[in-house]
Amino acid sequence: MTIAMTITEKILASHAGKDSVSPGELIDVSVDLALANDITAPLAFRVFEELGPKDVFDPERIALVPDHFVPNKDIASAQQAKIMSEFASKHNIKHYFELGDSGIEHVILPEKGLVIPGDLVIGADSHTCTYGALGAFSAGVGSTDLGVILGTGRIWLKVPATIKLIYKGNLKPWVGGKDLILFTLGLIGVEGAVYETMEFAGEVIQGLSMDQRLTMANMAVEGGAKNGIFEPDDITRAYVEQRSERKGHYWASDPDAQYARVVEIDVDQIGPQVAAPHSPDNVFPVSEIGSVRLDQVVIGSCTNGRIEDLRVAAGILKGRSVARGTRLIVIPGSPRIYKEAIQEGIITTLLNAKAVISPPTCGPCLGGHMGVLADGEKAISTTNRNFIGRMGHPGSEVYLASPAVAAASAVLGKIASPDDI
Amino acid sequence: MKSKGKIWKFGDHVDTDLIIPARFLNVSDKNELAKNCFVDVKPDFARTVQPGDIIIAGINFGCGSSREHAPLAIKAAGISVIIAKSFARIFYRNAFNIGLPILESTEAADAFSEGDDVSVDLSSGEIADPDGARRFFAKPIPEFMREIIDAGGLVDYIRKKMAA
Repeated sequence: MTIAMTITEKILASHAGKDSVSPGELIDVSVDLALANDITAPLAFRVFEELGPKDVFDPERIALVPDHFVPNKDIASAQQAKIMSEFASKHNIKHYFELGDSGIEHVILPEKGLVIPGDLVIGADSHTCTYGALGAFSAGVGSTDLGVILGTGRIWLKVPATIKLIYKGNLKPWVGGKDLILFTLGLIGVEGAVYETMEFAGEVIQGLSMDQRLTMANMAVEGGAKNGIFEPDDITRAYVEQRSERKGHYWASDPDAQYARVVEIDVDQIGPQVAAPHSPDNVFPVSEIGSVRLDQVVIGSCTNGRIEDLRVAAGILKGRSVARGTRLIVIPGSPRIYKEAIQEGIITTLLNAKAVISPPTCGPCLGGHMGVLADGEKAISTTNRNFIGRMGHPGSEVYLASPAVAAASAVLGKIASPDDI
Repeated sequence: MKSKGKIWKFGDHVDTDLIIPARFLNVSDKNELAKNCFVDVKPDFARTVQPGDIIIAGINFGCGSSREHAPLAIKAAGISVIIAKSFARIFYRNAFNIGLPILESTEAADAFSEGDDVSVDLSSGEIADPDGARRFFAKPIPEFMREIIDAGGLVDYIRKKMAA
């Protein structure tokens, strides 16, 4: 008799060479793709070199993406980026992306077809969980774990228990993946899924586009989760088949799979959501947030820097202008998205509205560059974290929301719903 | 192995941006990182922390980014052990991997205050006052994690396995 498993358990078992796995079990798995960025890679290389193998496990299954502090913001960052490009060249890393071809790691890896359903991806970046949107298992680790993977292609993992989140009903206008994940974080808290899997399911999820799913999976780590995952379907297939020649494994959870708990969420009552400072689970409907004047609005990041996000923002900003006293920074997540946005007239619309367009970078999301906040400044951002000092001065404040809410807020210079303009 | 030191007390959900803000991540030297450890919440920490001092915190310590710079900064600053009610997943792995001891004890986290002198026995998990008036035992470290610690961190653990 076969044991009923969740999609996460099936992917883990297939990479551990086992018929089945269960929560709590420690397993040693093979990694399909290992990822690091300009902040985490230099430390990982040091570990790889200490470990001693001459060659990386597979130069075609490693992705090195300079994205956090590029284009290099200062000399120290330039040194880090240089270490990365030298390592890539020495080890013939196939998926090293230089500026012009590079973008935000979690935007470009799916876009370039480097992750497909059933893959096991480990990245030295906490938002590696984004690829769960494609029906892959993906989790973030630190640089030491990644350094070991560079040498061995393997990692030990504890099989997580799964929380099944079932979304039912009909989405209200202006409500999308970002609102659903913020609402969910408000419900379960930032420790609500620690060491666990968040499995997103239900009729609402099945209707979401790839971009919306990527937004939701991206923030699973904000609930403490090891990974977030969606069952791959025809929407996934259409996305992946345009991008990869590889054949994926379209796993699905067994109907009688065991869950740590099942949470049903009725989306009919969910309006646009905002996470107030200083935690992604400090979530309110935008209508209850009160009057918050804004110095800055950021639309971009591995959470919401994709073409659909820019389309929504441009739709709201068309024929309007950013409020005096407020800055709007828009960051397309990749060169391809940037180009599509130019071709669709989105960039012109945004420039006419007095937005500034940044090259693809993580930049302001982590207070790196391209929009750091001063003491006392307030921002609304489509990014994923609003911890103290996250986007700059520890005395600044960050609110998190969807591109629709961010765009409407930019027009009014205060936090607002698209219905308010 | 025993640690002895003064307590630095923190609350719940201490995130990695608080431990080491991203603006300082353009270097990876641990001593440079240590200079800015907790700079936004306890600006005096890096200057006044003594080797052996102990961090006590609430739930979900180390949440947020995967930056290993966070446990590296804490370790290089001189902290000998972190005791928290619970740890975020990636921080938990990172701490073991770089050889920074961490223990889970809700009772100890509630009992001790900033500045208290405490000794910690890492092998038994005992956390106590100098006079032993308050004594707690942390949650046992899983066997597999213990093997990583005994090997001296993940790199040495893997090296041993590769040699075997």
